Amino acid sequence: MMVPLSYYLMLSGFLFACGVIGFLIKRNIITIFMSIELMLNGVNLSFVAFAAQWHALSGQVFVFFVMVVAAAEAAVGLAIIIAVYRTRETLNVDRVNLLKL
Amino acid sequence: MFHLILFLFFGAICVAGAVNLLVQSHPINSALSLIAVMASLAVEYLLLGAEFLNAVQVIVYAGAIMVLFVITIMLLNAGKEASSGGSRVAIVLGIPGALVGTLLIGWTLLFHSNTRAVPIGALKGDPRAIAQLLFHDFLLPFEITSVLILIAIMGAVVLTSRPAAVARGPRRDG
Amino acid sequence: MSITTFVIISLIKSLAVIFVMMTAAAYSVWLERKVSAHIQNRWGPTKVGPFGLLQPLADGVKFIFKEDLVEANVYKPLYIAAPIIAMMFALTSIAVIPFGNWVEVGPWGTYLQVTDLNIGLLVILGSTSMGVYGVALAGWSSNSKYSLLGGLRASAQMISYEVSLGLALVGVLIMAGSLSVRDIVNAQRHLHWNIFFQPVGFVVYLISAYAETNRAPFDLPEAESELVAGYHTEYSSMKFAMFFVAEYCNMVTVACLATLMFFGGWLGPVGGPPIVQALLPVIWFCLKVFFFMFLYVWVRWTLPRFRYDQLMAFGWKILLPLALANIVVTALIVAWRG
Repeated sequence: MMVPLSYYLMLSGFLFACGVIGFLIKRNIITIFMSIELMLNGVNLSFVAFAAQWHALSGQVFVFFVMVVAAAEAAVGLAIIIAVYRTRETLNVDRVNLLKL
Repeated sequence: MFHLILFLFFGAICVAGAVNLLVQSHPINSALSLIAVMASLAVEYLLLGAEFLNAVQVIVYAGAIMVLFVITIMLLNAGKEASSGGSRVAIVLGIPGALVGTLLIGWTLLFHSNTRAVPIGALKGDPRAIAQLLFHDFLLPFEITSVLILIAIMGAVVLTSRPAAVARGPRRDG
Repeated sequence: MSITTFVIISLIKSLAVIFVMMTAAAYSVWLERKVSAHIQNRWGPTKVGPFGLLQPLADGVKFIFKEDLVEANVYKPLYIAAPIIAMMFALTSIAVIPFGNWVEVGPWGTYLQVTDLNIGLLVILGSTSMGVYGVALAGWSSNSKYSLLGGLRASAQMISYEVSLGLALVGVLIMAGSLSVRDIVNAQRHLHWNIFFQPVGFVVYLISAYAETNRAPFDLPEAESELVAGYHTEYSSMKFAMFFVAEYCNMVTVACLATLMFFGGWLGPVGGPPIVQALLPVIWFCLKVFFFMFLYVWVRWTLPRFRYDQLMAFGWKILLPLALANIVVTALIVAWRG
């Protein structure tokens, strides 16, 4: 028995939705960043699923590019988080509300 | 049958990990559940035939990006996060809204999308074929992303290096 | 082959490989103690069995009967999970390592390898990169400053040297044109061993491998003189033993990989009756791996430890550019020769 494509898409949608919810309800800046990674992962799954559906390998290459961009984003994002923590000594986004220290 | 069992098993891990990421209040637990999601997504890629992506997902996502997250959490010694006092309107409107949206999308996907079933290993994403695409058809985007990575490395170094005044230590004249 | 036969053969092969791996790890400890003793003009273990050969067994029994201390302030779930993670990923990578050529037992024939994947090498790299979590989580969950420092050092060191480790192998991959470990070995027939064509890649690989497995001269994560024992300071009994075995399993894996990538794996002179023909490749492979294990011990008891900033500077400023230059030169030569 084969798995319908819609199952993969539902899983992908669920992961993306969890990412959105996490982005909205979480207050720790690192967890918020992780929710973004979760969203990217959800989208990647639908890329791969559609690549299998349409027999187009370029879908998988897109996922590769998404991963590379996510790596760059993680490097810069975590560096920013460390810089923010150094100056404000908190990771709570609600308390990072001053433009000037 | 075998395919469906594998899909459901690793899909369940994905779902459980994603929910756990939301529920946990300590960032390191969230990070670990995200790693579980990524590892089981790698297996889902394998079911779809994306062998190379399976390896890259484990090496780059689960093995490199998430290690950066874990190291940052360790380095900053991040504790439990303070619960945000969510407004009641958000709960009253948000939960039913999310439920309706989920049902709508699920119903559409299941009964009205005309998608076919995907056999196991539907599209052979072996390294050779991916490399052909990557270094031939997508050469320009590939080079541009490599420049992007270089810029990101330099940005990370600049951002994390301490300002010059701090690095020099306390000033004696002030 | 029906699915039942496939599952049974795979199970037998996996169990056999895990057994071999654990034994190899245990006897590397014996080798280390013996060689280090002779380097320092001592005898090493001699009491248990001839030449102290049963010492690993005695050590194992001792570990089992020691008290399993769990400190009051550790973060318990991760504290328990960390050694399991380290051990699991140390054992995973052995699945794609071929020990020898095709053998036939009665009607069944099999390669001496659990499975041959066309992404085999990436599986090994992936499992080493996942192994970092065991170390990092052990350091964090122990709730001790020595453990935390050791864990941070170890994970930073491992992800830094993983880059040059991977890049050092790219030259070999360009020459073989495949990621399957079996294909890479088969491309080295007739003494076309990669060590003759990729000397720079080999040196970079060997040095990064020492750092990747946290061995001297790069054993800063557990530098006794400053960090007590690094990330496993708070571990005792079998939990400590699991870290210990995982470290030695990683050494064996890295030695196997060096043999397969640069020294022709199981290839060597073969002749005689069929049974000898089947066994000789395994013996060649074991001899080559043994050489690398011996080298590990030799280096550890010869070279002093690096300083941490020297270690990082060495990895990023010397090894990484060397590996990149090696790739460029190899690619140019391969392209030029068509």
